[in-house]
Amino acid sequence: MNKEEIIEALKTIVQPYSEESTALTQIDENTDFINDLKINSANLVDIVLDIEEKFNIEIDNDSMAKMLNVKATTEIIAQKLEAHAG
Amino acid sequence: MNPQEILDKLPYGKSFLFVDELLHVDENGAKGTYTYAKDLPFYEGHFKNRPLTPAVILTETMAQIGLVCLGIYLLKNMETDQNIAIAMTSNAIDFLKPVTPEEKVTVTSEKIYFRFNKLSCKVKMENAAGEMVCKGNISGMLISKENE
Repeated sequence: MNKEEIIEALKTIVQPYSEESTALTQIDENTDFINDLKINSANLVDIVLDIEEKFNIEIDNDSMAKMLNVKATTEIIAQKLEAHAG
Repeated sequence: MNPQEILDKLPYGKSFLFVDELLHVDENGAKGTYTYAKDLPFYEGHFKNRPLTPAVILTETMAQIGLVCLGIYLLKNMETDQNIAIAMTSNAIDFLKPVTPEEKVTVTSEKIYFRFNKLSCKVKMENAAGEMVCKGNISGMLISKENE
């Protein structure tokens, strides 16, 4: 799965947790979950749980702490997928 | 950590404490009781001439017993000597039967998940006759703070 595909999947996961319709249509690498999408910490946990399920990976506490924007989240997902495959 | 130690850690004042006894708590859930005294202030207005326990108070009771007591137990097992702040972040509850003044209710919770400090539980409340009063899911964020 390449970066673009991961971002596409992320868009679908994030959608139900944000009311920022304009920001949602413009999601790219620079989108920040808290500042741009106004997602709170409780919903951020749900997003991470949805990511685990969708990509069949496990996110640890250290990774979770970094998953505040699309760029970092995509990188972590890519790393975990690679570790999984290898 | 025993039930009394958990009750001592609850952050509520007398006017907003809805836990009498904590019957059981382990890492998968909690069970406790509360009796709504007839002189609780909200009965005067909810409703005029027909006191019934507000749904928001039933929800709060389920959250205090099912989520907060369990949360204190879970955090306590991980770290020691910290104060705990808890915020309810979502709930979805079905209300099946009214609860009148002086009724004793029993709340039971089952942990769905506890990850990244978010605790999500399935909760139910039963009356003294063992009938289901309300049930649903409640989630909250648990934040443990250094002792001040």
